[in-house]
Amino acid sequence: MSIRHGLLALLERGPRYGSRLRTEFESRTGSTWPLNVGQVYTTLSRLERDGMVVQDGADDAGHDLYAITDAGRTELHTWFGTPVDRTHPPRDELAIKLAMAVGAPGVDIREVIQSQRRHTLKAMQDYTRLKAQALADVPSDRDEVAWLLVVEQLIFQAEAEARWLDHCESRLVRLAEAAATEPSAGPGPAATRGPARAPAERSHSQR
Amino acid sequence: MPASAAQPPPPSSETPGSPVLELRELTRTHGSGVAEVHALRGIHLAVHPGELVAVMGPSGSGKSTLLTLAGGLDTATSGQVVIEGQDIAALGPKGMAALRRRSVGYVFQDYNLIPALTAAENIALPRELDGVPVRKARKEALAALAEMKLEQVADRFPDEMSGGQQQRVAIARALVGDRRLVLADEPTGALDSETGEAVLALLRTRCDQGAAAVMVTHEPRYAAWADRVVFLRDGSIVDQTLSAGADSLLSTTTGATT
Repeated sequence: MSIRHGLLALLERGPRYGSRLRTEFESRTGSTWPLNVGQVYTTLSRLERDGMVVQDGADDAGHDLYAITDAGRTELHTWFGTPVDRTHPPRDELAIKLAMAVGAPGVDIREVIQSQRRHTLKAMQDYTRLKAQALADVPSDRDEVAWLLVVEQLIFQAEAEARWLDHCESRLVRLAEAAATEPSAGPGPAATRGPARAPAERSHSQR
Repeated sequence: MPASAAQPPPPSSETPGSPVLELRELTRTHGSGVAEVHALRGIHLAVHPGELVAVMGPSGSGKSTLLTLAGGLDTATSGQVVIEGQDIAALGPKGMAALRRRSVGYVFQDYNLIPALTAAENIALPRELDGVPVRKARKEALAALAEMKLEQVADRFPDEMSGGQQQRVAIARALVGDRRLVLADEPTGALDSETGEAVLALLRTRCDQGAAAVMVTHEPRYAAWADRVVFLRDGSIVDQTLSAGADSLLSTTTGATT
């Protein structure tokens, strides 16, 4: 996973001890995905088992240092050179929720969409504020640049979700209108109560 | 969740001072009888100094109607538009024109700069119409341009400027003088995303300096610069969001994962 490779990337800049790795990981990513020291040491011991890092003495304060090996470097460069897999997307709770809300009794899918949209927009407002702060001074060191990229990724991700929600809503409205004007659309309530229900049933009956 | 314990106060107590713009039970109906269309159905909205409000909603939800009524470009069927404490219906045509010159600035999607005037002249024009001496109006215009780092375009005509420059000049024009309310209709519509962002950052800065702005947009990324996002549907406000401070977001993120 990404922590493994993240640690390798930091170790490529020189030997480091566990809690320093944690601090550097967090300042790169603006503490968006906080690590605890336990996770860092667990990951380091797995990397050591796999021959990607070795223990490399201690610093003056007695911290055990870890160093990247050639195998670790090879692994790291393979990681940079390989696209992140999108063909097996992780389960998306929102997509599952909307899929289940289509035609669900007692559920107004437009309300589900709106409450999510509100939440997503609010998160975007907060991220945008962080971004405006980050841009107040031109980002100079690499941690600041890295954090800006991460916060913008959060904004783009949320934006994609907000746009998709807008699209779902207008799609449902259009489908409901189409169902309402089509004489063979069956009984009225399905079309008016749950917008997407009538078309969904119709496509089933066609198969 | 730790964040929900520190809920922001309701909108009315959020921003102190009296609102720059207040819409009270605002209704706009087109046509009558069977052809009656309710463009707006009883809108309440107060916008305070320093506040940037984004209005979102599907097309036909009443976004643009809201903006034209707020700026006195159209007349409400019922309800009130109050700008800086004045009910605009009580102003005559002259008073209305003066209010539009002095208190309200518009920013349109297509900039609406006058093609025969330079950037500085476009900005100075409303001030000159208001009786400000030409030299003083020009000085103000140059100051406004300098503030937006646009000194270099002062003597250029609109067709000699990029879209982003034109839109920033339009914002300067909307804010010159003591105008404290900006109404913006899709101000980023024709701009690429980075230039659109610069326009929003500018609008944000002006609001942080005390102006109030209402912006209609369908772009979530631009709406996210606002203090408050208002959602319209079928002529009614169905929902809205306030932005909490950024710090609370970080602590939420941290709290959720540890």
